[in-house]
Amino acid sequence: MLQKTYENIDSIGRAILSINAQGVHNKELAEVIYPSGEKAFAQVIALDGDQVTLQLYGGGFGVSTNCKIRFLGKPIEVGFSDDMLGRVYSGNGQPIDGGPELLSDMVRVAGPSINPVKRLIPKDMIRTGVPMIDVFNTLVRSQKIPIFAKAGEPYNRLLANIATQTDADIIIIGGVGLKYDEYHYFRERIEQAGSKNKTIMFIHTHRDSIVEGLMVPDLTLAVAEQFALQGKNVFVLLSDMTQWSDYLRQVANAQDQIPANQGYPGDLYSQLASRYEKAADIEGAGSLTVLGVTTMDDVTHPVPDNTGYITEGQFYMKDGYLELFGSLSRLKQQVNDRTRTDHRSIMNAMARLLSEAEERVKAQKFGSVKDDYSLRLLEYRKTFQKELMDPFRYLELEDALDICWDILAQHFKKEEVGLSSKLIEDYWPEQEEQNN
Amino acid sequence: MQQATGKVHSVNESLVGVHINEGAIMNGEVAYIILEDGKRLKAEVIDVKKGKKVYLQVFEDTSWMKVGDPVEFSGLPLSVKLGPGILGSVTDGLQNPLYELGKIEWFLERGLEVEPLDNTKKWHFTPFVKKGDIVTGGSVLGSVPEKLFEHKIFVPFSIQGNYIVEQIASEGEYTIDETIAIVNDIVGKTIRLTMAFEWPVKKPMPFYERSVPTDPMPTGIRILDALFPIAQGGTACSPGPFGAGKTVLQHSLAKHSQADVVIIAACGERAGEAVEVFKDFPELIDPRTGKSLMDRTYIVGNTSSMPVAAREASVYLATTVGEYYRKQGLNVLILADSTSRWAQALRETSGRKEEIPGPEAFPMYISTLISAFYDRAGVEVLSDGKTGSLSIIGTVSPAGGNFDEPVTQATLLSTGAFWGLSRALSDARKYPAIDRIDSNSKYPSLLEKDEVSYLLELLREGKAIASNIILMGEKGITDESYIRYQKAELVDAVFLQQNSFHEVDGVTNPERLRFMFNMVKKILDSPVHLKGKGEIRSHFNFIRQAFQDWNYTPEGEDGFDKQKTRLLNLVKQMGHVAENV
Repeated sequence: MLQKTYENIDSIGRAILSINAQGVHNKELAEVIYPSGEKAFAQVIALDGDQVTLQLYGGGFGVSTNCKIRFLGKPIEVGFSDDMLGRVYSGNGQPIDGGPELLSDMVRVAGPSINPVKRLIPKDMIRTGVPMIDVFNTLVRSQKIPIFAKAGEPYNRLLANIATQTDADIIIIGGVGLKYDEYHYFRERIEQAGSKNKTIMFIHTHRDSIVEGLMVPDLTLAVAEQFALQGKNVFVLLSDMTQWSDYLRQVANAQDQIPANQGYPGDLYSQLASRYEKAADIEGAGSLTVLGVTTMDDVTHPVPDNTGYITEGQFYMKDGYLELFGSLSRLKQQVNDRTRTDHRSIMNAMARLLSEAEERVKAQKFGSVKDDYSLRLLEYRKTFQKELMDPFRYLELEDALDICWDILAQHFKKEEVGLSSKLIEDYWPEQEEQNN
Repeated sequence: MQQATGKVHSVNESLVGVHINEGAIMNGEVAYIILEDGKRLKAEVIDVKKGKKVYLQVFEDTSWMKVGDPVEFSGLPLSVKLGPGILGSVTDGLQNPLYELGKIEWFLERGLEVEPLDNTKKWHFTPFVKKGDIVTGGSVLGSVPEKLFEHKIFVPFSIQGNYIVEQIASEGEYTIDETIAIVNDIVGKTIRLTMAFEWPVKKPMPFYERSVPTDPMPTGIRILDALFPIAQGGTACSPGPFGAGKTVLQHSLAKHSQADVVIIAACGERAGEAVEVFKDFPELIDPRTGKSLMDRTYIVGNTSSMPVAAREASVYLATTVGEYYRKQGLNVLILADSTSRWAQALRETSGRKEEIPGPEAFPMYISTLISAFYDRAGVEVLSDGKTGSLSIIGTVSPAGGNFDEPVTQATLLSTGAFWGLSRALSDARKYPAIDRIDSNSKYPSLLEKDEVSYLLELLREGKAIASNIILMGEKGITDESYIRYQKAELVDAVFLQQNSFHEVDGVTNPERLRFMFNMVKKILDSPVHLKGKGEIRSHFNFIRQAFQDWNYTPEGEDGFDKQKTRLLNLVKQMGHVAENV
């Protein structure tokens, strides 16, 4: 296709520039050519008559009015081949691990969503060995689910654990706004776990431009989708989507868009949704599961809030523990009736009692908790946290369920736990009850 | 008439500015933008500006569009094709059947349009009119059997004035595009009629005669049917933060509501949820009809990753189809999930048009649009004296779960029942997590009025005592108060809470609701002579467990009466314990 070069740049901002040009396509890929001959990618994001607005992969700093813009006559694409396994790429799709550039097929990025009729109802449990997930908020193949956590929580460790402890065929890591040591950590963990040859990384660190960061989820998901279409069960890790949303906000702001909540663009929901919705169990092919990270202070902040409406639940991490309240797996009902007959009921009973205990924690502050039942609830809460909430304690589901029954029997009488008589008969531990 | 043409002048995501070459432009008409590869992208005129400039919202991804791409205007507003064949189908927001699209491409590639209704299927038509009869818009020409009922074939509602039937098809098999009648007006103007016609989605169908919603629509969900009911033809909204159980509630309503037709508008929500419905429902049998649940269902899916501009269209499409089936004399229920996504789509477009924003950047006119949408629900008395109804239940997804935002507020002003979903309740696993205190409904309950206020009073009191317990501890309140508190907790646990995933407990028919309530009432009215908090709590625990076991037992099964007797014995014991001491 004909490539046209223009040199009459109108304006340059932090992440965008505008130029007069004709015959340019919306979303076309372009190159900024510096006077030194260096090049950086850019993409058309709006057209108005002859005025073309581009977002700059290399950022606006250092771009001068005597740079040239060459329109490449093609949309953004990403390479796709089996040889990419084990490799690390940047947000513009270039290898950054020192290895050779690959000649591979190119596939489209940010393509349309799959026809819902080609989706299967998710039905396979993914065993993670994390009791708070397997018992209480079961992960299901093709689920899209983020970890909600404050910055500084060990969410990347959990992410890496889940990815390497499960049976994924392919792991694709999309790192957005990573600190260098976090990137290093992922590489190391993947290598230690012997998963390197089934992993591809697209990494954006803080030294790279925000536009590259914005591209990471799209590249990651485009490659993942191709593997899924080839029948592979693919795990995508996206960390951290809050930073990604922040970049989105910056670019929207640079375009003078009217902000909605807290400066975020009005389409934040749609933007996040079009990425997370790539998760799918595809009829006659493989599946794509998305585990994200959403750093946050407060769950009502626009990013976790919009994310929660999009994803199929969330794992809420606090003080190094996976919390029961605030965590949710929307797909667990699809699978937890086919694990063990007590799974669903004990999950609910444990949660109800814990919620009762939380009430007592509030009351405790007033010094009003003195009765035996309330005190037992508080003890129950401690045991629960110690035995089950550590995300780094590996337990098989069945062992974790047995521990649940032991905890109940340790603190409660049979009639206090609200479980059906049948289940109690089948599962209540035989040891003598300790109620004093 | 020659339709207008134009050229693309600006592209900003889904908002495209066009310069008109020639021709008249109607606000709201459909236009097509032709890309250089020949793909035709459907769009709608949303603004006509001076200087022969119009703005389109494009229902597809605008990548690879360029300035100068030709635009063809249709002269017609965005419309839906109405006729037999809608029930049981799944379409996108522009009425493209998804299964048909799926035969062409795996992905929802842009520029694809498919016939909205199957035009090869033959329907068995029975005429109701004969040559020489006088007909007008809305007259019934005949009927065809569709799934569960006789589908009336109308003279299109847009036709005004009287026409004489010149020719009518005899009983037999026809497709929806075959002419089944020819009618003439007095001056000899002739119209050929088929079994299907089009109607603009944004134009409410006029009521023949409007009436008010009074008949309850049982939903099978106890807390709704007893405390916060919806009527046939009524409106309700369920705002709530994410994770409070909106989706499960919607699915339960879609399965169990006693409506003839259920239309699900999956607007800007997860694709997976719509998939669950249209892959599960064909397998599920509706106990009321003995047929597949899908037979009464129509799904419009414009899920969150599909083009944003079509979200609005999907809501209106669902509503128009609903109005059409109301004209058939049926009780129709629309589940719109979520109206907030529709409002957000409007906000996106409004922002791109650089309109002056209202609160939280929503357009100023958002409340008017929301009210007008819910106003399309209602009860209609038809020309033959029969009634049809259209009920709308909309979910709202308020930012941060805070109801004090424009969309929730506008919705509360427009709907008759408010089901506030609460994260505190869902954290406590008290499903459905509908706030027992703050929710309300103006429609009649399946219970008597004084029974409803009796329950609400008890719940309010229970809540007050609960907060006293937190402050002062169980020891700080009297046994009497503690019993009252336990009663309120019991009502909540065994009557209001319901396990939607349980075959028996998940749906409660009106008869069972009645005798469950009678049992609740009996427990509440029975004397309690228990002494001490421990004894009270433990006895109520036994009753709760027995009641829950009963809730899980199908009627007519052996255990059912046995469990009832057990429960009654436990209730009797409450009064005896003290006497024994």
